[in-house]
Amino acid sequence: MTEGIPLYYFLVVSTLMFFIGIFGFLTRKNLITMLMSIELILNSVNINFVVFNKYLYPQNLQGHFFSLIVIAVAAAEAAVGIAIIINIYRNFRSIEVDRVDQMKN
Amino acid sequence: MMRHELLLTAIALIVLMVDLGLKPGKKKSIIPVTIVLFALHTIAGFLPAEAGELFGGMYRTGSLQIMMKNVLNIGVLIILLQSASWLKKPENLEKISEYFILMFSTLIGMNFMISSGDFLMFYLGLELATIPMAALSAFVHHQTKSAEAGIKLLLSSALSSGILLFGLSLIYGSVGSVYFSDVAASYSHAPMQILAFIFFFAGMAFKISLVPFHLWTADVYEGSPVNVTSYFSVISKGAASFIFITILYVVFNSIAFIWKDLIYVIAILTMTIGNLFALRQKNMKRFLAFSSIAQAGFILLGIIAGNKTGMTSVIYFVLIYIFSNLGAFGVVSAIFNATGKENMDDYDGLYHTNPKLSLLMMLSVFSLAGIPPVAGFFGKFFLFTSAASAGYYWLVFIAVLNATISLYYYLLVVKAMFINKNEQPIAYFKSDLTTRVALMICTLGIFFIGFWGQLYEIINNISIGILN
Repeated sequence: MTEGIPLYYFLVVSTLMFFIGIFGFLTRKNLITMLMSIELILNSVNINFVVFNKYLYPQNLQGHFFSLIVIAVAAAEAAVGIAIIINIYRNFRSIEVDRVDQMKN
Repeated sequence: MMRHELLLTAIALIVLMVDLGLKPGKKKSIIPVTIVLFALHTIAGFLPAEAGELFGGMYRTGSLQIMMKNVLNIGVLIILLQSASWLKKPENLEKISEYFILMFSTLIGMNFMISSGDFLMFYLGLELATIPMAALSAFVHHQTKSAEAGIKLLLSSALSSGILLFGLSLIYGSVGSVYFSDVAASYSHAPMQILAFIFFFAGMAFKISLVPFHLWTADVYEGSPVNVTSYFSVISKGAASFIFITILYVVFNSIAFIWKDLIYVIAILTMTIGNLFALRQKNMKRFLAFSSIAQAGFILLGIIAGNKTGMTSVIYFVLIYIFSNLGAFGVVSAIFNATGKENMDDYDGLYHTNPKLSLLMMLSVFSLAGIPPVAGFFGKFFLFTSAASAGYYWLVFIAVLNATISLYYYLLVVKAMFINKNEQPIAYFKSDLTTRVALMICTLGIFFIGFWGQLYEIINNISIGILN
């Protein structure tokens, strides 16, 4: 099915996703959206691993395993992140980054 | 072979079980149980163990890895002793076991990270060491500062591991394997591989809080509870430096000429900016945060050397840094637990009311500044020697200048305690037994580690350098 699609098409998509994630992380003001940007970054990594595995090194499955584990870890990260965000909401009554700035040098 | 990890997992499960079996009012008794168990674990770590590999080379252990884990264990033991009196406060009583389990999870993660033989195990250990840490720093959940520290740590570390992972995916793409041995065998300086390395380097620099990536450090350190802050600044930083130096020497040794240039610049930036920001801090935790950034810059001097002496001096320095920084944090935490104060002005005239604490604080900051004859001097001395032996004379010169600058702000603390007048200094208080034992261990460490010459030899015998 992927016969006709060259490798670098996928790499362009994943690299774009990575930088969109970084851009979103830096510009968005909502904590949930920032977590979503991090998910974008991790998913771009997953695409990279799977695509490299499929196209370049089909004899072993290291890339597939790596992406499975990244998915699991991302879920754990999101769970802890959302728990802390709920705590932030209880304390600050807001999840905007601008409001969460008690400490400044 | 996996004694450290298995024992720690067992201790974490025992703590959980004991907690379930206790009635709500009696939770305090978990503290001595955990401390005794962990002390036994620390001792068991020194028993001879066989070297070898598990899981097809994903996990490797040897005398070097065991030494690193033992160094971390000693630090964690001191932190557990220091945190006992804080945990006994009424608002924390229900959460004692959570604190221990979270702390042990991060330590298990660091142990796996140190023992990793491929990037998959390394990544898993890194995340296991980071995610519970965010929960730890948001531990005081009714306090706004603590929640803020938690989210800042979680977001910045998630971003940094995302960047690191992107680097790892490029490494996998260019090499076709994630095993350290395979990557080391076929890594060269193709543009994609250098790009991948830069991503990896940036991710690690976040964890050690090197300068362009240090902005999270001060806020997280200030917002977290004092004992968690000391855990960050000593254990987590020490573990990250250990794994950083191991990976640079073992995996990326073929592009050493590239990372040496990078580290040269970053070391200068880290030392200088850490010092300059430490000068203007009024809060003790923020102050120690920036001083620990500067100390990370000194650690880079050992890494850049690239030889056996470099690795020896890094491990030796981290061991000494554990005692001196935990001494300083121990005093800050004892004063915070007794009075709730943590600003430098509050320390004015401390010597007249609490002479022992002030003397220990003085010793610790002297050791952090590197004044002979306390241990910190020897730590810095060996770091500088290793960098000079590799020919980095200018770098050593800048480092010496920075050590002098750091002396100024460390002496500000001493001046506050001994010279500044204060109408109402912090009243005399007596800490409980565990805190005093912890402070005693730190004092002994600061005094005697430097004079125990054999120790350096022992570490030197198991260290590795870049094979040329």
